[in-house]
Amino acid sequence: MDLTIQHFIALAPLLITTITVVVVMLAIAWRRNHSQTFLLSTVGLNLALLSILPVLKVVPLAVTPLLTVDKFACLYMALILVATLACVTLAHAYLGDGGSGYPGNREELYLLILMAALGGLVLVCAQHLAGLFIGLELLSVPVYGLVAYAFFNKRSLEAGIKYMVLSAAGSAFLLFGMALLYADAGSLAFDTIGKALAATSMPSLLAQLGLGMMLVGLAFKLSLVPFHLWTPDVYEGAPAPVAAFLATASKVAVFAVVVRLFMLSPAASSGVLATVLSVIAVASILVGNLLALTQSNLKRLLGYSSIAHFGYLLIALVASKGLALEAIGVYLVTYVITSLGAFGVITLMSSPYNGRDADALYEYRGLFWRRPYLTAVLTVMMLSLAGIPLTAGFIGKFYIIATGVESQLWWLTGALVVGSAIGVFYYLRVMVTLYLIEPNLRRHDAPFNWEQRTGGVMLLAIAILAFVLGVYPQPLLDLVQHAGLQLVS
Amino acid sequence: MILPWLILIPFIGGLLCWLGERFGATLPRWIALLTMSLLLGIGLWLWANGDYTLAPAPGADPQWTVEFKVLWIERFGISLHLALDGLSLLMILLTGLLGVLSVLCSWKEIQRHVGFFHLNLMWILGGVVGVFLALDLFLFFFFWEMMLVPMYFLIALWGHSSSDGKKTRIYAATKFFIFTQASGLIMLVAILGLVLVNFNNTGVITFDYSQLLKAELPAGTEYLLMLGFFIAFAVKLPVVPFHSWLPDAHAQAPTAGSVDLAGILLKTAAYGLLRFALPLFPNASAEFAPIAMTLGLIGIFYGAFLAFAQTDIKRLIAFSSVSHMGFVLIGIYSGSQQALQGAVIQMLAHGLSAAALFILSGQLYERLHTRDMRQMGGLWHRIAYLPAISLFFAAASLGLPGTGNFVGEFLILIGSFVSAPWVTVIATSGLVFGSVYSLIMIHRAYFGPAKSEEVLAGMDSREMIMVLGLAVLLIVLGVYPQPFLDTSAATMSGVQQWLGSAFTQLASAR
Repeated sequence: MDLTIQHFIALAPLLITTITVVVVMLAIAWRRNHSQTFLLSTVGLNLALLSILPVLKVVPLAVTPLLTVDKFACLYMALILVATLACVTLAHAYLGDGGSGYPGNREELYLLILMAALGGLVLVCAQHLAGLFIGLELLSVPVYGLVAYAFFNKRSLEAGIKYMVLSAAGSAFLLFGMALLYADAGSLAFDTIGKALAATSMPSLLAQLGLGMMLVGLAFKLSLVPFHLWTPDVYEGAPAPVAAFLATASKVAVFAVVVRLFMLSPAASSGVLATVLSVIAVASILVGNLLALTQSNLKRLLGYSSIAHFGYLLIALVASKGLALEAIGVYLVTYVITSLGAFGVITLMSSPYNGRDADALYEYRGLFWRRPYLTAVLTVMMLSLAGIPLTAGFIGKFYIIATGVESQLWWLTGALVVGSAIGVFYYLRVMVTLYLIEPNLRRHDAPFNWEQRTGGVMLLAIAILAFVLGVYPQPLLDLVQHAGLQLVS
Repeated sequence: MILPWLILIPFIGGLLCWLGERFGATLPRWIALLTMSLLLGIGLWLWANGDYTLAPAPGADPQWTVEFKVLWIERFGISLHLALDGLSLLMILLTGLLGVLSVLCSWKEIQRHVGFFHLNLMWILGGVVGVFLALDLFLFFFFWEMMLVPMYFLIALWGHSSSDGKKTRIYAATKFFIFTQASGLIMLVAILGLVLVNFNNTGVITFDYSQLLKAELPAGTEYLLMLGFFIAFAVKLPVVPFHSWLPDAHAQAPTAGSVDLAGILLKTAAYGLLRFALPLFPNASAEFAPIAMTLGLIGIFYGAFLAFAQTDIKRLIAFSSVSHMGFVLIGIYSGSQQALQGAVIQMLAHGLSAAALFILSGQLYERLHTRDMRQMGGLWHRIAYLPAISLFFAAASLGLPGTGNFVGEFLILIGSFVSAPWVTVIATSGLVFGSVYSLIMIHRAYFGPAKSEEVLAGMDSREMIMVLGLAVLLIVLGVYPQPFLDTSAATMSGVQQWLGSAFTQLASAR
């Protein structure tokens, strides 16, 4: 296959991110400087984000059999790049400047985040199992390092090792599944697999087993029940900006590739597997929400809540027709905004780094009376996670319910209603804690000038965005509606 | 353009209250009072200048006194569709009036974070006005859920935990929120079901009330969708198996919260039944009517018995609301014009009388620092005026002729006697229990041996004006209800035609 200029344009976001990685690495080797590294990373990410505009003119285009760039990929690339930018900005505030803040080398964090983001970009373009695996590993391996970045903190190190071991196990399942699927279908490309599976009226046992094992591997990355056990520990142990990255960019990328896989080979989501997916969805919704009920650690609570949210998303995946693709897009966008906001507040509360993150719920008591804007942001995020009107989360939930009703998935819709009712309890608990007045408690304040910092400004922007999308979602819906999957051979 | 302003005024006023807090605690109160007076004033102006013979009725496109429509979310055919007819106008008047009162009754009670308190108060009322005006089902649901959040804050932050410490205000607020939120989601599922059925029939995706009225639904689907709506409204009304949030929320809420909760929030459910559940699903509603009326009956007796057994004065009034709403439910589902009109009057009268009783018990609490009736007794001689006024409202609550409650209950009973004689007879005997719990409340609190001889502060002019104003309105409603009946007549006749023809069809099918 000849690579023309078109192909290079289509790959521009990936190429620019790669160049940024190299440049940042060389810059660190040349001169260690926190602000310089941060600046280079943000410039690179912004350029990559801008390069999506010319990409839109050449799509859909298959670049090598491994990757395809279409509008669907563009939407998720943009989402990943935005989430990464936000995480990088948060990390800058978190690591701190000069003598205070993080004691070790600060610069490599940016390098790792950039590489992981590159993995995410590959993942959303993958149309081939090999591409999927390359992307997934490129995404996961730097994250091991990121989770354990505060390695002198026992929890962070423990979380990193735990994530590495379980992630490797997940990858092993994934690879085995791919091998079985290849043995059955004779191809690794998504659409050929789909055709091979559709050719027989009932997928063979081998293919079903293969898909099932792949599902295990992917469910691990998405922390779906019963493969969710690592989530709370890793969320708790990881430094706050890294947890934000894990919750947003990493999960979005994996979910996007799962969507592409299941849409291009519809047989993958029929029969027994559809039932399995439904069971996993219901289990994730219920277990995630129930376990979150008693948490007194905000990061763990958000970890459990993300399990439940990906359970909701699975409903749309099970439906996989009609509104489903749009629903997934809208839900992921709103979820990313909301999670970034929530983790952003935790990050700013813990900035600059001082040994441990401010993640215990009691540290947030009465925050409103000291830091009204920061609290307003977290309140909007909690309401958005709970799916209350006037916030972006409501639009996402509305879409998922619409999909469930449209496809007449009554059990799953019922689980969503029950799950939301349970969820409201702990989101409200967090929210009301912010407003309680307790005079004698230790005060843990965000730095006084947090609004002036880039992180603070970005957080306010995210909160305003969450509100605006809740009130006037039409632009988002237009955007997502046009970002359908396009098949190119 | 006046309708969006009705919604925006409370929201803007609330924000101003919050911002005004830095200039002292009094400014937010005045801003809030002004905001609510403005809302009430606009409502009265609309009442004087509108033509309330226009209302939706079957067989034609709905007509409204005032209408406002702007496209909002194109993807789903959702528009900002607001409209006003007689029923919504009366409800908005009630909202404005009780809004003014809830600001006044918090004047001394709320001393912490005054600005934020009034922000929440204003936003509840803004959401309620939105519910009364919204004619797009998405928009309706939007406001329906939105008003929960400020109400939650109101109870959770300014409420009282119960004296034994078992039930905290946060517990009550969370229970309230979860009950209404979960039932609301069931309604959302039903709304989406209705929209998608309509979409499959016509190919047009819309959430608009007037379009969905024309939707043709298979019988089984209609029943299920109707149940989805009914459950949401039944939780809020409340109907008996779903009522358990109400006494907790009332007992723990600050006075202004109780006033709004009993006076207005419960009415949104009755309004929802009249505006949405009945006209959208007339056949299923007619089929469901006997069950709904039975539930109403259970509510009347259950509420009355439990009210009698309470020792907390606010819980007693809360259970009496359950009982009164039972009458409203019977009136709504009886399908006669008289009973429907009675339900409207009963809603207004209950709004006024329950608000007054909650305000009075708030005033008692400010003096005694307890709501436990076992610690009261003999208050008649210790506080000037307050006991006598309480007696008046207790009498109103038991339906004494001359008060609005009598007119409401009488119309409901006489109207539903034609179609459901047995239900009516049993419901009438429920009135006896109404007098029992009303009088026992007066007896326990104000008569009997006094706990101490110390004379407590009498009512000041602010407190007097609030309750006496309500008393005058209740008497007006009881003696000359005609203007109110005229205003809601067209709307109720529309609802009656929907339900009436469905009843006839049902009768001929049997």
